[in-house]
Amino acid sequence: MRKTIVSAAIAVAALTAGAVAIAAETVTASESEQKPPHRHWHFEGPFGTYDRAAAQRGYQVYAEVCSACHSLQLLAYRNLMELDLTENQVKSLIKDIQVPDLGDDGQPIERPARLSDSFRKPFANPAIAAAANNGKAPPDLSVMIKAREDGPDYVHGILTGYVPFDKLTPEQIKEFNLTKDDNFNKYYPGHRIAMPPPLADDKVTYADGTKATLDQEASDVVEFLAWASEPKMEDRKRTGVRVILFLLAMAGLMYAVKRQVWADKH
Amino acid sequence: MASSHGTPPVFNNKVIAWIDHRLPIFSYMEKEYHHFPTPRNFNYFWNFGAIATVMLVLMIATGIVLATNYTPHTTMAFDSVERIMRDVPSGWLIRYLHMTGASFFFIAVYIHIFRGLYYGSYKSPRELLWILGVVILLLMMATAFMGYVLPWGQMSFWGATVITSLFTAIPVVGDSITTWLWGGFAIDNPTLNRFYALHYLLPFVIVGVVALHVVALHVHGSNNPLGIDVKGPQDTVPFHPYYTMKDGFGVMVFLIIYAGFAFFAPNYLGDPANYIQANPLATPTHIVPEWYFLPFYAILRAIPNKLGGVLAMFGSIAVLFVLPWLDTSRVRSASFRPIYKWFVFVLVADVFLLGVCGANPPEGWYVPLAQIGTLYYFFHFLILLPVLGKIERPLPLPPSIADAVLKKNAG
Repeated sequence: MRKTIVSAAIAVAALTAGAVAIAAETVTASESEQKPPHRHWHFEGPFGTYDRAAAQRGYQVYAEVCSACHSLQLLAYRNLMELDLTENQVKSLIKDIQVPDLGDDGQPIERPARLSDSFRKPFANPAIAAAANNGKAPPDLSVMIKAREDGPDYVHGILTGYVPFDKLTPEQIKEFNLTKDDNFNKYYPGHRIAMPPPLADDKVTYADGTKATLDQEASDVVEFLAWASEPKMEDRKRTGVRVILFLLAMAGLMYAVKRQVWADKH
Repeated sequence: MASSHGTPPVFNNKVIAWIDHRLPIFSYMEKEYHHFPTPRNFNYFWNFGAIATVMLVLMIATGIVLATNYTPHTTMAFDSVERIMRDVPSGWLIRYLHMTGASFFFIAVYIHIFRGLYYGSYKSPRELLWILGVVILLLMMATAFMGYVLPWGQMSFWGATVITSLFTAIPVVGDSITTWLWGGFAIDNPTLNRFYALHYLLPFVIVGVVALHVVALHVHGSNNPLGIDVKGPQDTVPFHPYYTMKDGFGVMVFLIIYAGFAFFAPNYLGDPANYIQANPLATPTHIVPEWYFLPFYAILRAIPNKLGGVLAMFGSIAVLFVLPWLDTSRVRSASFRPIYKWFVFVLVADVFLLGVCGANPPEGWYVPLAQIGTLYYFFHFLILLPVLGKIERPLPLPPSIADAVLKKNAG
């Protein structure tokens, strides 16, 4: 009985795998898109955590570069304290940020950001954002890392995957109908991307002395955005370890009880 | 199997005795969950009824908590789910348990259904028990579909668009029915509100049908891996403690795998596009439902005609309702059916194949593969099962469960 089930399961697996392999081959051949290479991330795996230093640098990249166009509307400034920053450190980080509000007389004003404020949006509304960016509003980045297949690798790929116009082959220019004003990105679906290359070597100057290469900046901002997408991840994994240890103990106990109960029936 | 163990129980606790004299819930529990005579030869496939029950309770419990923090409005639903993930204490836990729980509820129920198929649990006298099970499956599908719409992501919106648009295929009244379902001329806030109301309602309907499923089960008792009837007390053990403890162990093992996903890969079974807020103006390149609907989605797309596809998809479930009468073999367990034993696994492979086809865009080889898969699915139920029962020569059945168990242990 057990043998037949095993051999049947193997037959099932082989049959399905064969059919799928044939089908999969036809599809990969037709796709011109390149998958961004997999990189190792500090937050990967069952015990992975966010690299606080990298995420803090990533916030600097976001604040100095990305935030000019991309909102991060699900975050509040107080959340930055979760990146091992003290209240005063966060306050000094946001001291120059002005946020819209209503004055005592009900008229719109700008005032300095407080910890309880949501991240300032670069545009007052989506229509303005679209109008200022050739008709398409730059997407919000709050859950960007979760909203793409292999999100961390994908975002890092986009940030580092630009090919300058003079490095493109004539075939590529023809195939994608590119002019000098277009941006070509290896990893963007369709390759023509509206966003100009946002990062470059030494685009920011890190306070902790880390050398600001393009790759470093991209990695740091991904670390920051990964935290922004899933701020409770470390809590989740810690709880998960405890839950699974408890369930393992409970399963062992139940198995022992079950054996004991059934002892006279076998 | 109506044999109960002797006289009604006597309760020493006066309060319990007083209540039981007026409302015999304690006698009922004693009879149906303690002394209830259960075949002694279950394998671990018989755990999945209990596992599915645990998942149903878990889904309702987490769902009620989520409902207290969720806002069913097109402009706020997406952010309210993220608020649960970020600002509600342990909100991430409740939401991920619920989200992953839906997948694991389906895993448990699909294994439970496979058990029924392999051991012929749908055969006389358990036809109604099986049919109630198929009703539960349909209700689960409706509930899961509407629940997936609530976070108002891109797949929520476009999945809802695809599925509700199926009703436009109905001749003459199709468009009117779709407008009625939507509560307007497009999927919008009224649609979200009614899906929310129904998503909250249907689980309790499921609880009701599960109760009927259990009542029907307790009339003739469970089937067993040998598929033969219980002949006497030597074939059974009391449900408690024998199966309460065995189910307890099975539930724990299942929960370990479930927790593995819920805590360490909560988004693995979902589509990343559902973390993009719904946008009626931007259609995703590939609209795919959740994994547990993929085989049915493949059947829907396999037929080049819209109405035909819809009929085939609903037909793939409808055929299960009449399964007890399509299978003409009197032998329940596949262990004694040398040919059917193989074809039940071919059916499983076929469903997996359909699932893969459903997950991929309908291009290239996936189109004929899905069509072959669909054809085979209906061939299995409508032609193979009726014919196989007539031509297959089953192996000799053991004289009794006790006989088979003791012989196996001796040898």
